[in-house]
Amino acid sequence: MLKRTPLFAAHQKLGAHLVEFGGWEMPLCYTGIIEEHKAVRSAAGIFDISHMGEIYVSGAGALDFLNFALTNDARKLQPGQGQYTIMCNERGGAIDDLYAYRLADEEFLLVVNASRIEADFAWLQSRLAVFPGGKVELKNRSDELAAVAVQGPKVAEFLDHCFPASAQTAAALQKNEIARFNFAGRIILVSRTGYTGEDGFELVAEADIIEALWDRLLSEGQTSGLKPAGLGARDTLRTEVCYPLYGHELDEDTTPLEAGLGYFVALGKGDFTGRAALAQQKAQGTPRKLAAFKMTERSAPPRPGYAIWSAAGGAEPVGRVTSGTQSPSLGLGIGLGFVAPEFAPANTGIAIEIRSRRVPAMTVPRPIYRRS
Amino acid sequence: MSENVPADLKYAKSHEWVRLEGETATVGISDHAQHELTDVVFVELPVLGRKVAAGEACAVVESVKTASDIYSPVNGQVVAVNAELGRQPELVNREPYTGGWFFKLKVAQPADTGHLLDAENYAKQISG
Repeated sequence: MLKRTPLFAAHQKLGAHLVEFGGWEMPLCYTGIIEEHKAVRSAAGIFDISHMGEIYVSGAGALDFLNFALTNDARKLQPGQGQYTIMCNERGGAIDDLYAYRLADEEFLLVVNASRIEADFAWLQSRLAVFPGGKVELKNRSDELAAVAVQGPKVAEFLDHCFPASAQTAAALQKNEIARFNFAGRIILVSRTGYTGEDGFELVAEADIIEALWDRLLSEGQTSGLKPAGLGARDTLRTEVCYPLYGHELDEDTTPLEAGLGYFVALGKGDFTGRAALAQQKAQGTPRKLAAFKMTERSAPPRPGYAIWSAAGGAEPVGRVTSGTQSPSLGLGIGLGFVAPEFAPANTGIAIEIRSRRVPAMTVPRPIYRRS
Repeated sequence: MSENVPADLKYAKSHEWVRLEGETATVGISDHAQHELTDVVFVELPVLGRKVAAGEACAVVESVKTASDIYSPVNGQVVAVNAELGRQPELVNREPYTGGWFFKLKVAQPADTGHLLDAENYAKQISG
């Protein structure tokens, strides 16, 4: 039995095309992936992200514990700030990639991937068992909380209409900041974050008011061109800006350094889980690197699993595609893939094997698409 | 969901339609199929002159989300392909039964269509 979010009825009402995603029955699209993608790039889109997990970490030892369990330096977070970070195993492989928000001095919220909620919580508990520091409480609130993402250049112009007038506005939040707002007599969390490469916000609320919030956003955003958007557009949007998707660019056998996420690994902050393996890999160089690429001629889109070859040929592939699609913004095939390090620099000629044919492509700087 | 299933066509269980006119069979995919695929961005068509058997994969349709094989609904030889799909693959979504056709086959007479569904039975299949 597939799991459904508290917005399932809302999706059905909108005539969503529903698909299975990581054990969840989710909207792939409502009117069309390309149309929804373009709405987010040019105006605004709203996504149901209630399947994602919320884990609260609190107590006097919470900050030190997160600095021990996660790769980024949580000490950089003031209350009201968030950061992208990775949870690694002892080999430096990624248990998950996530956002960590400091809600108060001793209270943190981790927003994790839907497919990894149980694995993450179990891993955090096992880390806590060996954590020598102060008191820490872990609470998995994924079932009682729901969330939506509102993304696009026009979102800031209507989002605050959903909240009672006050000195504090969502539009005043800086990137990665989070704050509490009132909605329907409850407190909800609003952060200026997202997974699309556009300006945008993510809103976390109790499950029983999420449909009211969704409806209110759709109504307030109507004149700004807000459209409901599904997982199809979410994937093309994030691929264009080269954000990793767990299970594609990251897994327990892939380190954040291989995936090009070294910026989020604070090797200098002191010991943390996976640090030794990551420090060694940094010193020795990674055996493979994530590269972004574009097809250089009109072709079928690259897909996950396709072999990557040197443009010069050779007897063996030099890598493999992890994410690939047709870019709605660029109108050509784009992708991400792991390659031997010598093929990772931008503007290296490669070929993608599509149904036994090697089709020319070129590595490009990340992100593949940048807002002009 | 109300989907368009023209009465004058035959359908394969794998969602291709075929229009028989004399010894020519025109092949495309159903409105239901294009809807399931979502936005079509690329179509790979068979080479002219290729002999195909009923049920043989002979074209590929790529949507944003996935690649799907297209199976010939009948035996025949490819005599025409819809080159316009190279420039406008979205015709498959917009006009699945007209401008979005894939290829035409020369078929033996009488064409063997006993394994195909009529519109009524295909409509039943996709609503089930």
